[in-house]
Amino acid sequence: MTGPENPTDQPAGEVEKATVFSDAPADLPAPKHGMFGVEGSGDTTGFGGLVREPWNPPPAQRPYGGYFDEVVDALAAAYPQFDAAVEKVVVDRGELTLHVAREHVRELAQVLRDDPALRFELLSSVSGVDYLGTRNRLHAVYHLTSMTYRRRVRLEAAVSVEDPHLPSVTAVYPTADWQERETYDMFGIVFDGHPALTRILMPDDWDGFPQRKDYPLGGIPVQYKGATIPPPDERRAYR
Amino acid sequence: MREAPSRQTTEGKVYNVTGGDWEDVLGEIRDDRIVVNFGPQHPSSHGVLRLVFELEGETVTDCRPVIGYLHTGIEKNTEFRTWTQGVTFLTRADYLSSFFNETVYCLGVEQLLGVEAPARAQLIRVLMMEMNRVSSHWTTIGPTGMELGALTVMTNSMRAREKCLDVFELITGLRMNHAYIRPGGVAQDLPEDAPEKIRDWIKEMQRELAELDRLVGAQPIWVNRLKDVGWLGVDGCIALGITGPLLRAAGLPWDLRKTEPYLGYETFDFEVPTDDRGDSWSRFVVRVAEMHESLKIVEQVLDRLEPGPTMVDDPKVAWPAHLSIGPDGMGNSLEHVQKIMATSMESLIHHFKLVTEGFRVPPGQTYTTVEAPRGVLGAHVVSDGGTRPYRVHFREPSFVNIQCLPALVEGGLLSDVIPCIASVDSLMGGCDR
Amino acid sequence: MGLEEKLPDGILLASVEKIVNWTRKSSLWPATFGLACCAIEMMTFGAPRFDSARFGMEVFRPSPRQADLMIVAGRVSQKMAPVLRQIYDQMPDPKWVLAMGVCASSGGMFNNYAIVQGVDHVVPVDMYLPGCPPRPEMLIDAVLKLHHKIMNEPLGPKRAKRLEDQHVELVPSSQKFAR
Repeated sequence: MTGPENPTDQPAGEVEKATVFSDAPADLPAPKHGMFGVEGSGDTTGFGGLVREPWNPPPAQRPYGGYFDEVVDALAAAYPQFDAAVEKVVVDRGELTLHVAREHVRELAQVLRDDPALRFELLSSVSGVDYLGTRNRLHAVYHLTSMTYRRRVRLEAAVSVEDPHLPSVTAVYPTADWQERETYDMFGIVFDGHPALTRILMPDDWDGFPQRKDYPLGGIPVQYKGATIPPPDERRAYR
Repeated sequence: MREAPSRQTTEGKVYNVTGGDWEDVLGEIRDDRIVVNFGPQHPSSHGVLRLVFELEGETVTDCRPVIGYLHTGIEKNTEFRTWTQGVTFLTRADYLSSFFNETVYCLGVEQLLGVEAPARAQLIRVLMMEMNRVSSHWTTIGPTGMELGALTVMTNSMRAREKCLDVFELITGLRMNHAYIRPGGVAQDLPEDAPEKIRDWIKEMQRELAELDRLVGAQPIWVNRLKDVGWLGVDGCIALGITGPLLRAAGLPWDLRKTEPYLGYETFDFEVPTDDRGDSWSRFVVRVAEMHESLKIVEQVLDRLEPGPTMVDDPKVAWPAHLSIGPDGMGNSLEHVQKIMATSMESLIHHFKLVTEGFRVPPGQTYTTVEAPRGVLGAHVVSDGGTRPYRVHFREPSFVNIQCLPALVEGGLLSDVIPCIASVDSLMGGCDR
Repeated sequence: MGLEEKLPDGILLASVEKIVNWTRKSSLWPATFGLACCAIEMMTFGAPRFDSARFGMEVFRPSPRQADLMIVAGRVSQKMAPVLRQIYDQMPDPKWVLAMGVCASSGGMFNNYAIVQGVDHVVPVDMYLPGCPPRPEMLIDAVLKLHHKIMNEPLGPKRAKRLEDQHVELVPSSQKFAR
């Protein structure tokens, strides 16, 4: 995909956001152009011609290294629908990430917690990431810790904005109660089966999901010594 | 006798009691259940925590914590600043253990970059974190005393904390919210008199801890208010994701400094204090013991400090400025200014690019953890290859630990709620971010 | 403010005014509205080293009914703003508000959706204290300047009209505030 040489060719008001992952190899977001995100004025630096391709982490090849092989093998042995559930295994920067299909999240969590070879007793964190530009842009990320084996694994499930439902793991890990509420509050991912899915950080009647990429930062322009500086998300900035 | 006006709601009949009509109300209701709102503005709620109780007499039958009164949008703010500027935001999340916030974020960024801070920087990080642990525990014990009515514990703890802040000010320039630990190392090296001042500080802390022990260690009112109050066992802790002093007070010695060591913690000689009672008293005992262990670690760090660089070698990542005190305050040292203006064009370019654009972090995501004073603090850092973080999420122990409050409090007396909240030690800034 | 409106104007009122203002400023009880990091510095302001008791301010009254000064210490989120207003409304007159820290004064570094950009959007502020967080010495400076302001406050609307062209000089804290 060739990009425009001059950033002014981009539609006004539309800022391209980069994304990292894609769901299918053909569905990659547009590459990022330029360095400053400048629209509406001439770019004489020449950096407007820079093109950065989005990053798609390659699926890991066996052997994964460390304890990752044992974990994946034990999970495959314990969970019969492993091939349908785990879409991609990524080993990057010393961490194991399993991209899972959303229907299987709860059962996978149950197996990961209860199977004697896995024993991931502690759900460290449930959070979300918004990869704007992909089809299933809302990712819920679960970090599991095995205290018995001193291991960590990350589960990542992707849903779209139109159908943002994921099964809740609260029945398996009660600690996910508030963490899923926070993910709902910030991203709008609805966890089915959650005992009380309400807003937790924002006021109860707030509109919108603040942490999504298309939600503005919401600042006001700042006046300082006669000049007005726009809020951080509207400033000219490096990408 | 006046009549109390009443109306029907979805929850049942609600009375508007104005005075002189109490018998009216009591005559009609069969159970003494009342709903009481606690906070968010309350002296004992440790910040802006709101609890809604259903009380039957003095017994709490239901407790619902409501949080979000300090939600600052720190995580979204970091997406619009460079990687180094993110430290300034994240340090204010859990503002009493600011070095831990900075460290966990910097460890995540460094893991994504694939660099490691030099040895001296790692030692300095350990030093600052352990001193921060001591000052944070003082700030836990102080308000615990204040809320239980022991105001001298509060003034003593604040006095002890001031000594910690003196050392922080000497090294970083600020008393709180330091932004000292940056990706690649630390912002500036220790001043020459720092090791000596820190050794004096260690002795001061030992004196203060001995005084605390004499004051409340066996004080019957203190002990009785904390013993057998707010019990939570190991299985409850793990199910609810509770880590930190609460888990160690329940008996499990889970401390990330020992189980998943970082920054060279495996080379230090220290114990992980645990207790087996699992109540508020155990948590107090564990925190005091942790302070003693932290002092041990600080002493070992001082013995090990060797001169060396405090920032990673890579000129495209390392924070360029070397700061020093000049006639108008702290700023770039004169040698650095001379270097970038007169000697090395490359240094000037690097300085300019690093301060305005920031360094670029290769795409990926990491989850790093440290053992903060309140529990396991985790940072999920996602990069898309740019100069700004794509997403930073902090797994805050304060956020997760408040979930256990209903378990601690329900079935107990209203006056036991206060030591429970104090022993859970959640900081609302970290909880709400 | 009730009684003050009914007092006759004159020299007598001027001396009464000074006495009343002196009593108000020398025992100005703060309401605890500590929110975030500035709250910790406010606590150290009450702690031994930066003793607030020497100004008559060691009683941090949790109940707004018994407080004169609301020190808004910390960042006020959208959820907290109605609570802030309610506490302010519950305080009886005369009351003053000190916005401690940049987050309370102007929103601080958090120029975003979640933080009210300055508590003066919610309550009227008498003294702004920048800093992130301001040192306890800076808080003492702000409190002393507020004392100076209180000392020069007119007592009642008649005095206010007489004095409306006068301007209160806020002297730097390097000069002593002995009275």
